[in-house]
Amino acid sequence: MIKMEYYLVVSTILMFVGIYGFVTRRNLLAMLISVELILNSVDINFVVFNRFLFPEQLEGFFFTLFAIGVSAAETAVAIAIIINIYRNIRNIEVKNLREMKW
Amino acid sequence: MEITLELIVFIILALFICVSAILAATTKRILRAATYLLFVLFGTAGLYFQLNYSFLGAVQLLIYAGGITVLYVFSILLTSSEGDKAPELKSYKFIAGLVATLLSLGICLWVMLRHDFLPQHFEHGELNVRTIGHALMSADKYGYVLPFEVISVLLLACIVGGIMIARKR
Repeated sequence: MIKMEYYLVVSTILMFVGIYGFVTRRNLLAMLISVELILNSVDINFVVFNRFLFPEQLEGFFFTLFAIGVSAAETAVAIAIIINIYRNIRNIEVKNLREMKW
Repeated sequence: MEITLELIVFIILALFICVSAILAATTKRILRAATYLLFVLFGTAGLYFQLNYSFLGAVQLLIYAGGITVLYVFSILLTSSEGDKAPELKSYKFIAGLVATLLSLGICLWVMLRHDFLPQHFEHGELNVRTIGHALMSADKYGYVLPFEVISVLLLACIVGGIMIARKR
């Protein structure tokens, strides 16, 4: 049997790689990709805790199921906003983004 | 600890996930970042399959890998011109981000590996889809019918909001 800590190490690395990308990237879509990595690592954590510590209940399972749905909604709205920004200032770099309203 | 096939599969998946994630966060071309994100999502689905949660793995493949990644690729192709590369970051900012991330990674790993978790047990066996369906549709104590309805409203609001924001004025 594989110990639970191994899975947690993988998800911790994934989480901090996502945070590193979020801090260092300067492109809105690349930052969104990093957020996706962070969400994914948290999903792994929920599933692993559910599977190894409370296998007779399903809380972590359903939390992950709903988190996947919420992240799909979040991505759709964020990409709509980014495309709207692109339409206004013709690129999506963070440093060009100074105003909230045109 | 002897080396089993399960462990080998896990190590391959873990390396695949970590390498793809690092490449997704560091590569200069954004389309490649989206492709590496797709690889990370595939690896995560593999982990779910290995933990005997096939339903969750299938959902991950369908929604994340099938839906969200396509959305990313479309929007990247819409918003960035060909041969677009990320500009070089100022080196002190890069080093500050790297050091902060590595420090917090070290602290988190240290805390997690020293923590005594509850006794772990893992028995093989697939989670029955009938069980999932009953839990998702029941209003009893461990039932999830309210979040199920709420997320349907959320998706509707998200469709309306996405169209409202992205339409041409």
